[in-house]
Formats: sequence, C-alpha cells, structure tokens
Amino acid sequence: MDFFPLYNSLRIAGISTLIVVITGIAAAWYIVRLPRIIKGILDCVFTLPLVLPPTVVGYLLLRLLGPRRPVGAWFMSAFGIKLTMTWWSAVFSTAVVIFPLMYRTARGTFEAFDITLKQAGETLGLSGPYIFFKVTLPYCKSGMIAGCVLAFARALGEYGATTMIAGYTPGRTATISTTVYQLWRTNNDGLAAKWVIINLAISAVVLLIINLMEGRSGRIGTVRSSGKNES
Amino acid sequence: MSLDVNIKKQYPGFALDVSFKTGSKRIGILGASGCGKSITLKSIAGIEKPDSGRISFENSVWFDKEKGVNIKAARRNVGYLFQNYALFPNMTVKENIEAALHVAGKDKNRAGSSAEIIERYALSDIKDHMPDELSGGQQQRTAFARLMARDPGMILLDEPFSAMDTFLREGMRLELIRMLDEYDKTVIMVSHDRDEIYQMCDYLILMDKGRVIAKGDTDELFSHPKTTEAARLTGCKNISRIKRMSDHRIKALDWQGIELLTDETVTEDITHAGVRAHDIVPGDEGVNVFSAGRAQISRLPFEWYVTLENGLWWKRGRELYDTGDESIVPEYLSIPPEKIILMKNAGS
Repeated sequence: MDFFPLYNSLRIAGISTLIVVITGIAAAWYIVRLPRIIKGILDCVFTLPLVLPPTVVGYLLLRLLGPRRPVGAWFMSAFGIKLTMTWWSAVFSTAVVIFPLMYRTARGTFEAFDITLKQAGETLGLSGPYIFFKVTLPYCKSGMIAGCVLAFARALGEYGATTMIAGYTPGRTATISTTVYQLWRTNNDGLAAKWVIINLAISAVVLLIINLMEGRSGRIGTVRSSGKNES
Repeated sequence: MSLDVNIKKQYPGFALDVSFKTGSKRIGILGASGCGKSITLKSIAGIEKPDSGRISFENSVWFDKEKGVNIKAARRNVGYLFQNYALFPNMTVKENIEAALHVAGKDKNRAGSSAEIIERYALSDIKDHMPDELSGGQQQRTAFARLMARDPGMILLDEPFSAMDTFLREGMRLELIRMLDEYDKTVIMVSHDRDEIYQMCDYLILMDKGRVIAKGDTDELFSHPKTTEAARLTGCKNISRIKRMSDHRIKALDWQGIELLTDETVTEDITHAGVRAHDIVPGDEGVNVFSAGRAQISRLPFEWYVTLENGLWWKRGRELYDTGDESIVPEYLSIPPEKIILMKNAGS
C-alpha cells in the first residue's frame, strides 16, 4: 500500500492550517475593532467560503491562478512557476475553504473576552504585554486551539476545490479524499475501504481532541458571571 | 488637594458633559442607569478617553485635550473596583493579588507582601480558589484587596453592590465602609442607589442624561434639592406644580389646589413644590391641614404607603397604625411649612 496520499494530505492540511491560524486570528483581531457596517461587510466576505460549494471556490481560484489567468500568468512569466496542478496548489484551495472556521472561532473568542479584565489590568498598573500574555491569551487560548483543530480536520477532508485546482496525479497530487474517489471509480473497493478507515480514525482523534479542549476550557470559560450567592 | 473634572464625550444619541470640582474625600455620583456616571468614572481612571476637556487631581494633570495630555491608566495609580470585580479568571485569589504586586514591586508602592494582604483582608481560606469558585462577596473582597495592594492614590467604586442580592448587600456595604475607614485618600462611588450614596459620601453629584443636574454637600442636596429633577433623584415622591400666591404662600395645582404656607420665601422663579412622603404628619393641629379623603393603602411588610385623595403619598411605619381598627388613615393631615421644598423646573 502506497502511503503517499496520507503524507500528502497531512502536509497540505498542516501548511494550510498554519496559514489560516495566522491570517484568521489577525483578521479576527482586526475586525472586532471596526465600525459596524464595515465589520458586517468584511464578515460576509470572510465567511463566504464556508457556505459556497467547494467546487465554486475551486472555479474562482482557477479563474485567478490558472496559467492563462492574471495571477497565474504573471507567476508563469516572472518565475516560471505553474500555480495549478501541483501538490501545493491544494494548499491554496484548502486554506481558502478552512479560513472561515479559524476566523469565526477566533472572532467569537475575542468578542467574548471581557474587556473589563484588560481595563482592570491597566488600572492596576500592569504593562500591555503582561496583560496580553498573562490575561488575554490564557483567556482566549482554548478557543484558538479549538478553531485550529477544527480547521485542520476540515482541511484533511477537503475534496471539491482541491480536485479542481490540483487534480489527481498518483504520487504527486493525490490526497486521501481524491484517492478514495479514484479507487471507488476504478472498482478497487478493498483499498478504498482501507483509506476510508484511516480517514475515519484521524477524524475521530481530531474530534476527541476538540472535546477534551472544551471540557478543560469550561473551567475558565464561565467567569463573566458575578459568582454564586454567599451562603 | 482637589479633584477637578470637566469633560465632554459624544456618542450616537448621547452626549456626556460633566464638570465638578471638589476637595471632598468621599464623593458620590448618583443617577439612573445609562446617565453617564460610569463613563465619567472610567474617564477619571483613564480607561475611557473623553473627546475634550480636562481632568486634574491634586497637583497632577491627568487629561488635557488642549495640551495633548493623557496620562495612561497604569500611571494614574487609581484603584478601580469594577461592577463585575474583573478578577483574572485564570489566576487564583493569591495570584490575582500577586499580579498587582508584580508591578507595585517595581515602583516601590506596594502595601505589603501577598501574605500580609491576604491576612489583612481575611482571604486565607480562599487564597487558592479560582474566582469562579467564590461568592459575590468573596470576589468583591478579593478585588478590593487586589486594588489596595498597590496603595492607590484614589479609589473608584463602580456600582459596588449592584451584582449582589439585597440580603447580602447590607452586609457588604458595612464591610466596605469599614475597609474604607482606614483609607484617608479620595474615594468616588458611582451608584443608582440613593441609600448607598447617602451612607458613604459627603459630596454628591446628581447626573441625568449625561449632564450634572446638581452638585454639592450630600445632606444639603437631600434636604434642599433645587430642581424637580434633583428632587426626584433624591427620592422625593410628592412634587406639584404651584401658583405663587405671596412670599410665603403657594397653591399646589396637582394636589387639588390646596394652599400651603412655606417657611422658605417663594421667589418668582419657583415653579414646583415638593414634600417627602414621610414628612406629612397626622392630625388637625397647626397649619397646612387638609382632609385625607378617600385614601388608598399599599401594605408593605414594615410600612404603609398611603395615597391620599388629593394625590399625595404618605409613608408611615406600620406599627404605629396597625391597631386592627378600620380608621388607619386619620381624618386630617398636615404638612409642616419647614418641610416644603421649593424648586425650579429644569427642563423635563
């Protein structure tokens, strides 16, 4: 059994998750401070990939990155690099598809952050970095990790946009999801089933991690109330 | 040695315009929720920035829009007690106090070691607890200990008891008064509860819709509110439009037009008169006597609220009249002339 699809899936999911962790958190951090109307519009744009069919995302990316399209053609002439039909083409499509998951989780976490905690730190004379690392980040940490794990899980399952922009070339662009489809199409049911089981196992582990995170974050996630009544 | 505040801030549909200057060390800001009292307090602390104006305390200027001065909250050295206490949720009681000492250690401004502070505020039993494991009272005590750790030059209390139920509130109020007794610097308390303010403050600022409607000595403002708004905020239940008859005589238009003698001189600009519900006395002796008429009684556990036929509210401890017979309300009542509050209608 050739394990290239597993390796390829993991590296595509890993790299695209890394990208959206940075861009998603940055976008969320930036957007919660914006005035309401701009916030609403940007929020729509950032969330769109979540509701669009992945094939539509793939189509739009091809229109942009294809060899005869603006960005694709420029890269071709400037660097001699083709942006489609390579393993890292799938990083583009996957990153776009999973971006909303990270962005929305991060935004929710920032919005839930109790601003009076930051203000309390300020009146106590604490420095900005101290407040960020000792108060804000611990408060938001579990939400961020949950978003990151969710994005990674979704990245592993990406099929539609990936198959359009990276295609299926065994040993080069094949991922678990494209391999399963290819094997089923060619009546290789036994091997397809093996990949399905591998995929199920990975997804189960990822979801288990999310649940464990949520269980632990429950302790510090419920602090906004003023507490129980004195007995 | 005084606090001088003169600030403005514009919000959509709401404008804050506050100014006061006082050397008092126990200052209260009283107003309904949404009147701008919390923003005022936050501006003094430096966690809210006014659009224009100036704030100075003792010899230092904290904010001056014209001169471009805006001292950071961290350097104003004020202790702020937040409405929700704002304890750091990821730290124990001890760690919360140590976080405040972490900086205080550097500026040599600390009030003692964490062990001493924990001891002083009776937090030993709960020092290893997380904030969400504490009761409201314990959270407040922890928050107070934390802000005192830095030996603040001023303490700001933002609705300190609003998150507690009534039963707990009275005890916590006494506890806070006791803790503040040892503190000889300036304290500002913001509240919508006139009892709290009256109990704790010498100087009072009354606020409504972003403006200061009255300011001055607390006792004076409660006994002689100059406007109808101030009278209402200090809890005066009976207010009537009046017609001036002479220097010491008015006709109360909203109380079936009864004519009343006043101690105070009725000047031309007086438009309203008021009397507090507990200042009306039973009996037909003296002046300003009127008939109770058909009265309606609201029976509360320890007092009666009586609505007299002419519209006046009368409040009495129930033990005085709960004799079992039907004539709970006397036939005649009167208003002592010295209890009549004369005022102007300001706006509303």
